[in-house]
Amino acid sequence: MMEMNSITYTKSRDPKKQSTWKFLISELKPKGKIFTPFNIISAPIILLGIVLIVIRFWKGIGSVTNLTQEVPWGLWIGFDVVTGVAFAGGAYVITFMVYILNSKKYHSLVRVTVLNGFLAYVFYAGALLLDLGRPWNVINPIIGNNFGTSSVLFLVAWHFLLYMMAQLIEFSPTIAEWLGARRARKILSGMTLAAVIFGITLSTLHQSGLGALYLMAKDKIHPLWYSEFIPLLFFVSSIFAGLSMVIFEGSISHRVFSNQISEKNHKSHNGILISLSRICAGAMFAYFFLQILIFIHEKRWEHLDSSMGYWYLFEMIGLVLFPMMLFFQGYRTRSIAFIKTAAILTMIGIIVNRLNVTVIGFMWEEPLRYFPSWMEITITLTVIFTEIWVFRWIIRRMPVLSDSPAWAQKGE
Amino acid sequence: MGLDRRVFMKTLGLAGATLALGKSTGTALNKDNPTEFYGLLYDSTRCIGCQSCEFACAESHNLPEPEDYPDPEVVRKMDETRRTVVNAYTTDLGETYVKEQCMHCNEPACVAACLTEAMYKTKEGPVIWRGDKCMGCRFCMVSCPFDIPKFEYHSSNPKILKCDMCYDRLQKGEIPACVEACEEGAIVFGTRRELIKEARRRIHENPDLYKDHIYGEHEAGGTGLLYLAPVEMDKLGFKTTLQNESYPSLTKGFLYSVPSVFVLVPALLLGIHEATKNNHQTEDDGNE
Ligand code: SF4
Ligand code: SF4
Repeated sequence: MMEMNSITYTKSRDPKKQSTWKFLISELKPKGKIFTPFNIISAPIILLGIVLIVIRFWKGIGSVTNLTQEVPWGLWIGFDVVTGVAFAGGAYVITFMVYILNSKKYHSLVRVTVLNGFLAYVFYAGALLLDLGRPWNVINPIIGNNFGTSSVLFLVAWHFLLYMMAQLIEFSPTIAEWLGARRARKILSGMTLAAVIFGITLSTLHQSGLGALYLMAKDKIHPLWYSEFIPLLFFVSSIFAGLSMVIFEGSISHRVFSNQISEKNHKSHNGILISLSRICAGAMFAYFFLQILIFIHEKRWEHLDSSMGYWYLFEMIGLVLFPMMLFFQGYRTRSIAFIKTAAILTMIGIIVNRLNVTVIGFMWEEPLRYFPSWMEITITLTVIFTEIWVFRWIIRRMPVLSDSPAWAQKGE
Repeated sequence: MGLDRRVFMKTLGLAGATLALGKSTGTALNKDNPTEFYGLLYDSTRCIGCQSCEFACAESHNLPEPEDYPDPEVVRKMDETRRTVVNAYTTDLGETYVKEQCMHCNEPACVAACLTEAMYKTKEGPVIWRGDKCMGCRFCMVSCPFDIPKFEYHSSNPKILKCDMCYDRLQKGEIPACVEACEEGAIVFGTRRELIKEARRRIHENPDLYKDHIYGEHEAGGTGLLYLAPVEMDKLGFKTTLQNESYPSLTKGFLYSVPSVFVLVPALLLGIHEATKNNHQTEDDGNE
């Protein structure tokens, strides 16, 4: 907070003084300290991860993963893709509130959330490529060799692609401001509403689609986590998964990049968190209610008295019901500490839930259980850290957290 | 139908007699009735666990020969080097054998899963894999209720492996290699309808020998591979809890909702956007 007075807004290009190329080259130079704790931890992991990725493409997926013929999808799909995309759900929720409900108070969150969402899709959905045995054929479902239209994965893959484009359009005015491209900014801003509507539609379908991927694995997933309603549960939970991520990421950004954020936005941030916590609590209530209905509908009590049953109860009570009450309490007493704790617990709950469906409860009867290898975990960390590096690179250069340049503000 | 019957008679496992008529199978494939699938009937009571089918399968698909043998103490599994295995189980009737391979489902989960149609249900019935389309996502493996497709985890150019009912041979007018190799007549090839009739006949004529259940007639929506056994199939390591609806039907509801979501949601969003356009002023000061 001490740095508040020395606000250094990101410097955008002044088109009159600098050519685009010179500007881009000057922007490539690192900004900020090099030997931060984060860098010291993440850099070696990323380097190691790159080596492992080379080995993976050279020697096959089995050389770095513990996947088996019975468990063909592990950490990379269950965590990177399925969980990562749930956390990226904040983008469609925030754009829904700002552009569809015209709730302008969340406006300061839009850019950073959309950027976060976009990068999450690029990296986490991109992690799918690592998991493809024959990645050179990845263009087949796009160019029509052939269209497997009865496949949920076909739908999800297309949606990832289209949604990335929609998010890029939503984010593009920021890039235009950075480059000082006034006309482009005007055109791109005009496309925002269409991109938002398209993006939300895609999100409802592929957030639930990620759950629908597992519908045919009916006999392989533990009955406490399998139901025909997985798609609905995945969709509803992506609302509070995304918002918890927004709360969590926001509180980190506000510390790490505090010199970028204007005083006005700093001040309003707590108010925003409090409103978000109410939405989270509401969405979690709906989710919990759905879970209870499914519990009764599927007669799940038969499975409760087992280790998986206790694990299920822990997830539902400790990681859904409890953080939901914390959110609610945080909203009532305007306690930011409660809200942040609730957000972290909720995120853990989402990780646990997605892994329960995709990994922990998958093939639960097999005597030899899958557990990710250290190499799978390293590559997953590589993906996450690289995303954070790119995120930071952009935050330090483009007007994401900081205010738009004066010329752009006037145009609004 | 006359032609079909001839094909059927010919393929009833009498390998020697088939050679003369060999050619006609290919031309006869579903000419009469394009929706009639071919399949296999495996009769566990006739199987002596000799592995001839395994050897024939390995040979015709350039795979290594099996080096182990059916043993009630171990469950042998298919993997990237073998598309079929014969297992031995100790049952009330002593040692019983059972051959495992792809079931060639009528409505295969693997095909519904595949986003490039690399897994493909041919009109003749065999479910085949096409390498030029497959991207190696392994969604077919996740979805198959019988855990059949296998993946080469230790290759930089991995393939998905599973039984293809010797589709190449069928097109040349030959019968599947395992059927030809089985001297006990435990596997027969024919149209699914004829096979079910034949299975019923066997049960009817020998009710003490067989359990009154043709595994695959209804399981998973019906499969091309049909089993007759002297004991319930769960005693032979098969899942008997599978649903009788096809597995792709589990995702149909979701997939059918997609077009309507694409029409309704954008319209709804635009409507809300228009409706709330002017009242953000008041809300703005709300919670800050
Ligand atoms: S048994 Fe499995 S691999 Fe074979 S057709 Fe059925 S779903 Fe596909
Ligand atoms: S691994 Fe290949 S055959 Fe199996 S679903 Fe994926 S693309 Fe289709």
